[in-house]
Amino acid sequence: MRCRGIGIVKQTCQLVVIGAGPAGMAAAQTAAEHGVDVTLFDDQAQPGGQIYRNVDTSPLADTSLLGKDYVFGQPLVQAFRHAELDYYACTSVWYLDKAREIGILKQGVSHKISAQRVIVASGAQERPMPVPNWQLPGVMTAGAGQILLKSAAMVPDNGVVLAGNGPLMLLLAWQYLRAGVNIHAILDTTPKGNLFRALRYLPRALAAGNDLWKGLRMMLSIATARVPYYHCVSELRAEGDNQLQAVSFSAAGRHHRIDTDLLLLHQGVIPGLHSLQEAGCKIDWNEAQQCWQTKVDAWGETSLSGIFVAGDGAAIGGAVAASLSGQLTGLQVAHQLGFLDAGRRDHLARPIIKARDRQLAIRPFLDALYRVADAGMIPPDDTVVCRCEEVSAREIRDVIALGCIGPNQAKAFTRCGMGLCQGRFCAATVEQIFAQQRGESMADVGHTSARPPLKPITLGQLAETI
Amino acid sequence: MFRTLASGSEKIEIYLDGKPVPVPAGISVAAAMLQLGALPTRLTPVKRSPRAPFCMMGVCFECLIEIDGLANQPACQVEVQSGMRVRRQCGAGELAS
Repeated sequence: MRCRGIGIVKQTCQLVVIGAGPAGMAAAQTAAEHGVDVTLFDDQAQPGGQIYRNVDTSPLADTSLLGKDYVFGQPLVQAFRHAELDYYACTSVWYLDKAREIGILKQGVSHKISAQRVIVASGAQERPMPVPNWQLPGVMTAGAGQILLKSAAMVPDNGVVLAGNGPLMLLLAWQYLRAGVNIHAILDTTPKGNLFRALRYLPRALAAGNDLWKGLRMMLSIATARVPYYHCVSELRAEGDNQLQAVSFSAAGRHHRIDTDLLLLHQGVIPGLHSLQEAGCKIDWNEAQQCWQTKVDAWGETSLSGIFVAGDGAAIGGAVAASLSGQLTGLQVAHQLGFLDAGRRDHLARPIIKARDRQLAIRPFLDALYRVADAGMIPPDDTVVCRCEEVSAREIRDVIALGCIGPNQAKAFTRCGMGLCQGRFCAATVEQIFAQQRGESMADVGHTSARPPLKPITLGQLAETI
Repeated sequence: MFRTLASGSEKIEIYLDGKPVPVPAGISVAAAMLQLGALPTRLTPVKRSPRAPFCMMGVCFECLIEIDGLANQPACQVEVQSGMRVRRQCGAGELAS
């Protein structure tokens, strides 16, 4: 791997890969192995994405604390470090268009480059979980808790409440227990009936491998540790004035209140689509996964020719499937650029497709089991929906009552989604409120537009773009 | 709120709101603020409400902070460096240093 200083970024690249998580690393390596000249930009200081964050540079004395699936990333990151490609760490992409012009920002300097092919491998982000007062210090995402553990060996010291649902929440609980953390309670918001509806997908999930058993073993060890576990939790609220002091909720018809200075929220992950939406790729609603996803062909190419998506940015499939989809996309780019004929591409792709499909077999079960209730996505009036511009759910409902035609107009009326996060933590909520108030489907409501800059850039930096 | 499992790790000194404080080397500014218990890490420009790091992966921008004179830096994306001057923002940050 050639780690590059910024002065020598090529103005014209053969292939630009955005993101160094499992999908981006695999796509870049596969294309490079077949002779493509690859340039990779990543936000983080180290390769591995969020899932394999610091996997070979961990501050933890023993990374096995985090489990085998994390350690699995070690050889992947090591192989990436030895690949023949140009890798730029700590570099954010603030612009992408359909002509494959890309704006990057590194060490305060903005560069504009163009590429023959682009693979977006920007992964996933956590689905917003808006509950009253979730903006208080002391409320974070479960993903944030796990990043602190991976990158800084940090764990809660006064105990923690975990609330929401999904594999990541259970994994974090299991990791915290192994690290000796006191978990005050797990508040599982999975609605009643999900398990029953998921059962029809169970045989396929069982046949697919051992992921399901891993999950069951994790749940068993959480049960053995006697962590207070509340099912079908609703009316979740964070409480406190300037900092979190307690969490209140309802479960089994009773109201509860638990004192805590840390609440970690999680209700699944959704594709990180910002750069793809901004470029103008066609986006579809996935009802099973309750999120927008990029419309792609079998190789990950979007509706914009030459722009590809690999990994969770296309649809949520997890780290191993992301890596495999990255390989497929890398093969197709090598083919399109003349490094690989169609026969050889198909021959190499066959076992990868088989392995990826095997990985994805558990998804319909997980999607049904952890389907988020409407109440989990549509908060009460007094909840801040847009954390950046501090717009409440009531204000969104008020503009809908006034006849506001959709999420993009609501943005203009209320500034909701115009803050620094650019709607990453409110767009999904606003769209869901619209769907509910109007009695429309999410596909009818449509998605919120994304505009450059994708990441904060000063006017001075913009003006001095090289 | 948080403690470290790597207690023997190397320490460096940063300046938080003008005062020198020891923090572990190699972690992000946001992680350091959480470990120091230095919350909130900013007051918002809109309603001056207290905020702290939230997503830790560069998506939510809640952890914005002034670093070495430059305002609105995402603290979760910047590694602590010896002698770094970190200042908490109250309201909108001044972009020019």
